[in-house]
Amino acid sequence: MALLEIKDLHAAVGDREILKGISLTINPGEVHAIMGPNGSGKSTLAQVLAGRDLYVVTGGQVIYDGKDLLAMTPEDRAREGIFLAFQYPVEIPGVSNMYFLKAALNAIRKHRGLAELDAMDFISLVQDRMKLLEMDQELLNRAVNTGFSGGEKKRNEIFQMAVLEPRLAILDETDSGLDIDALRTVAAGVNALRSPQRAMIVVTHYQRLLNYIVPDYVHVLAEGRIVKSGGKELALELEESGYAGLGIVDEEEAVGKL
Amino acid sequence: MTAVAEQGLRETAFQRFLELGFPTTHDEDWRFTNVAPIARLVGHALACPSHAVNCPLEAQPYLAKYAPFQNHAFVALNTAFFHDVTYIHIPRGQIVGEPIQIAYDSPSATTHPRTLIVVGPDAHCTIVETYSGAGAYFTNAVTEIVAGSGSVVDHYKVQLESSSAFHVGVMFASLGRSANFSATCISLGGALVRNEVSAVLSEGTDATLNGLYLVNGTQHVDNHTSIDHAQPHGASRELYKGILDGQASAVFNGRIIVRKDAQKTDSKQTNKNLVLSDEAVIDTKPELQIFADDVRCTHGATIGQLDAESLFYLQSRGIGKQDARSLLTYAFAQDIIDRIKVQSLKDSLERILFEKFHERDH
Repeated sequence: MALLEIKDLHAAVGDREILKGISLTINPGEVHAIMGPNGSGKSTLAQVLAGRDLYVVTGGQVIYDGKDLLAMTPEDRAREGIFLAFQYPVEIPGVSNMYFLKAALNAIRKHRGLAELDAMDFISLVQDRMKLLEMDQELLNRAVNTGFSGGEKKRNEIFQMAVLEPRLAILDETDSGLDIDALRTVAAGVNALRSPQRAMIVVTHYQRLLNYIVPDYVHVLAEGRIVKSGGKELALELEESGYAGLGIVDEEEAVGKL
Repeated sequence: MTAVAEQGLRETAFQRFLELGFPTTHDEDWRFTNVAPIARLVGHALACPSHAVNCPLEAQPYLAKYAPFQNHAFVALNTAFFHDVTYIHIPRGQIVGEPIQIAYDSPSATTHPRTLIVVGPDAHCTIVETYSGAGAYFTNAVTEIVAGSGSVVDHYKVQLESSSAFHVGVMFASLGRSANFSATCISLGGALVRNEVSAVLSEGTDATLNGLYLVNGTQHVDNHTSIDHAQPHGASRELYKGILDGQASAVFNGRIIVRKDAQKTDSKQTNKNLVLSDEAVIDTKPELQIFADDVRCTHGATIGQLDAESLFYLQSRGIGKQDARSLLTYAFAQDIIDRIKVQSLKDSLERILFEKFHERDH
């Protein structure tokens, strides 16, 4: 059975329709890359799947693990195994990273009928996952994302993913703002989490990330629709001929040519 | 103070109270706080009392010298009616490590707690004043603090009055040269509350005023602060934070005076409010009176709601909406709690706040 089935999904902000009929099927173990120029609706799709109420679903259906995803609250989606790595991780002064993560993990465990982790078990789990992301332990005691560098924030997202062990991870432009070393570390973290039970959606503007996280499928999004789907070679094709090669206007490419 | 002088002070204060009467909302200082319910509770059949006052002889030169009752009806009322003076004296150079706890628990009547704290030059101490009680009553407290030159004084006021109590608490601090003073006012209880903190600084004095007020239901809490930079090179830092819910209301009025001679004053005032409901009301007002020309004074006030982005972030990690709201509300108060240096107080406030937010949301 498919893990995620998106059927003719439409979503809008106010009067402006951003997703204009997206259909996509994702099976356990698969990694799907979603590429597209700015404004194509990539991040909107990621946020809609996570349940951000800024966007209103105006049509279509999303079935996750046999359930109506769109009827679920954001917290229930997370508890059922959906994880969104934010493009812009939110700073939350006054809430320690450690406390936040423990609250999140225990809420998810409780939902799954598991006992809450005690402090010792939690610490040992966290330390194990920190190594994976080569994260500074000191970040745990700091407030969530507060005063973190761009790279630290992105690492923190993937670290949270490693602790929460989702079934469907959505990485929203996790590569943006990362230098090449940080990109390698983050990608290695993501790759370590690939498993036959876990699916991933990797949203990115650039092909670069896909050199490190090699997808099974690539979809190109433009103006709220998937205009082309293919294997990993599609990303390379895009790298060579740009979005223009597919007849897609990309403002950044246009500016680059000037 | 002899019995005669004592009775003289009483009578003068009582006369002054009669002349002033309870303030009304026509008084600028009381514009947003209507004390009519307090006046109704205590106002009838007032006669000048003649009971003896318990005040140590050595304290008498200081008593009522720092809390002026000429322009303040509640101070006049307290001065006329208080029974005992809680007197704390830290001699010159003495360092008191353990916090000194003063607890006023109301016997469900009108009380006029009076506190006098005299800290000698270069002495260090920490004072925690707690106000509590049960049922409907009125607490009318006055605290006078005299901090000698070079002294270090940390004062905490924790207002945990019952939900139907009235509380007016006025503190005056006279701070010596190069003294280091902090006053933290945590206001959690009471139906109708006025907290006043007034500090007069000398040359090179460093003063920090922190405050946290939490109001819910139909509570009203008014915080008036006054920092008087009377001499040069003084520094003051002020951070008051408020959390408002239900149909509650709160007031923050922060007066900063920089006298003509108080050059090189460095002063910063911040008031931040988190409004959790549509019906809660906050009135916030800075009041800067600057007469010197070489000073740095900044002030800012914010009124905001819980950040939708932050809420979604927490929810997207599996934390329920109500828990996420509690967590963010608690986080808003966190930096005031973090600044509390008395660990036992910090622990108990963390517990109280946690319970308050939890009970509100569940």
